[in-house]
Amino acid sequence: MSDIDTATVAKIARLSRIKIEDDKLEPLAGELNNILGWVEQLAEVNTDDIEPMSSPVDAKLRWRADVVDDGDKQESVLKNAPNGEYSFFAVPKVIE
Amino acid sequence: MTDLTKLKIAEARDLLAKGDISSRELTEAHIEAVDAADGLNVFVAKTPETALRHADAADAKIKAGDAKGMTGIPVGVKDLYATKGVHTQACSHILDGFKPEYESTVTQNLWNDGAVMLGKLNMDEFAMGSSNENSCYGPVKNPWRAKGSNSDFVPGGSSGGSVASVAGYIAMGATASDTGGSIRQPASFTGTFGFKPTYGRCSRYGMVAFASSLDQAGTITRDVRDGAIMMESIAGFDAKDSTSVDLPVPNFEAALTGDIRGMKIGIPQEYHLAGMPGEIEALWHKGIEWLKAAGAEVVDINLAHTKYALPAYYIVAPAEASSNLARYDGVRYGLRENTDGGGLDDMYYTTRAAGFGEEVKRRVMIGTYVLSAGYYDAYYLKAQKVRQLIANDFKAVFKKVDAILTPTAPSAAFAFGEKSDDPLAMYLNDVFTVPASLAGLPGASVPAGLDKDGLPLGLQVLGKPWDEETVFKVSGVLEEAAGFSAEPELWWR
Repeated sequence: MSDIDTATVAKIARLSRIKIEDDKLEPLAGELNNILGWVEQLAEVNTDDIEPMSSPVDAKLRWRADVVDDGDKQESVLKNAPNGEYSFFAVPKVIE
Repeated sequence: MTDLTKLKIAEARDLLAKGDISSRELTEAHIEAVDAADGLNVFVAKTPETALRHADAADAKIKAGDAKGMTGIPVGVKDLYATKGVHTQACSHILDGFKPEYESTVTQNLWNDGAVMLGKLNMDEFAMGSSNENSCYGPVKNPWRAKGSNSDFVPGGSSGGSVASVAGYIAMGATASDTGGSIRQPASFTGTFGFKPTYGRCSRYGMVAFASSLDQAGTITRDVRDGAIMMESIAGFDAKDSTSVDLPVPNFEAALTGDIRGMKIGIPQEYHLAGMPGEIEALWHKGIEWLKAAGAEVVDINLAHTKYALPAYYIVAPAEASSNLARYDGVRYGLRENTDGGGLDDMYYTTRAAGFGEEVKRRVMIGTYVLSAGYYDAYYLKAQKVRQLIANDFKAVFKKVDAILTPTAPSAAFAFGEKSDDPLAMYLNDVFTVPASLAGLPGASVPAGLDKDGLPLGLQVLGKPWDEETVFKVSGVLEEAAGFSAEPELWWR
């Protein structure tokens, strides 16, 4: 099932927003195939009628009143920004 | 005066209460030990001023008769926990310069109880690793060396700095975190006691997220009693974490009665791994005999889906990681790289390429792939179903037994570079710890013996959800019977 070629690695890298140099695509394809080939043994397990488990906690999510209980922390929120200007996160130009 | 760094938490607590020592003296001795241990690469940020401030506040608290178990005790904090105004990077370049504006609940609980912060501890980047070789600050050295050898070994991971600081008499205890074994496996490699509570027992608020349905806080200490004292401090309900469960925290120390008569201990047959070193099988057998001698009834059990736990984990954990790590975009905190001078998208690509290490990139990409259109059902949904079967195995078995005994890891500490080129060989380190992580169960690693080279080995105790007390109780009996008294030589001082 897993047959990841360099084009697929490039696609995954794009979806992951990680720049991968062209010469790294081939070795990465090998590594990912190894790992995915190994996890494919899960196909042997009969999982008919089994509910997928998304959390070890059975408890229902708690409700809380729909009121503001925190906020007004603009300075704190921006404190660690690589570039914060005029109370905003600044990013490279998006629209020409 | 005896070496204050050799004291256990419980011993120091008693001396502090009697006024025989002050937290300031205790803290100064540990700050010295921290500075003497630079060669181990344990701390990635030292906070001696904070430590002394905490110590003086603790001394005042003790005088006022307001002391708790952790009051005045110097501890290290894994770099995964947000500490207000203090270096917090999960040992990743992508969080370069990050100093959180808030404190994690686990560490806040410690400070509320009067504990003393020595600094931030090295770890595998984003807790992804089993040898601490994936840290952007370089690997931690295991304080233990093989008999008659000067070669260095890995401390295990991901909580490598946590275990090395405790094993090396640098901190009296340390916070750690466990996603697939990151507390128990390194504890086994360093002769320390590692405790991971039930998922939901500790707040995850302010812990840098790796895989949110698996991440759980825990402790590294020198013995079981110290673990009980420290766990009681960090545990508890927190409204700031939606998966934190609102249950009272028992007095864990009171569970250490030593009485396990009539208790049923399960031995999972699937954990007899082909190719496992004979001495680990032998130690496991010894553990069984110790528990029998203490009056427990030992029964063979089956956890049929054990062999599928690791592959299921290596889908679920990377999937959650790929989602959690999407927040590192160079916009809100940490590193920003835009070497190509391009637009927003280029900034994302270059920032994440420069900021993430190799293993993190690998896992983010695996996670992205298994969640992508066309593969979601075959990989991610399948893994979640297998996870349910693994949890069901435990549920069925815990109708018949009170606790489970297994080895913690399939080997002792290994050499640097031995497994770092082979991700699958590295993943196998967690073969005995991952199943309980998937099921969210409490577990511990108890130092139980040395291998032929003189390196520590641990035994793992697993319990029912919310029954940490039984895990502590059984661990205490094992500790007593094993009489583990070996110490690493302090070669780095």
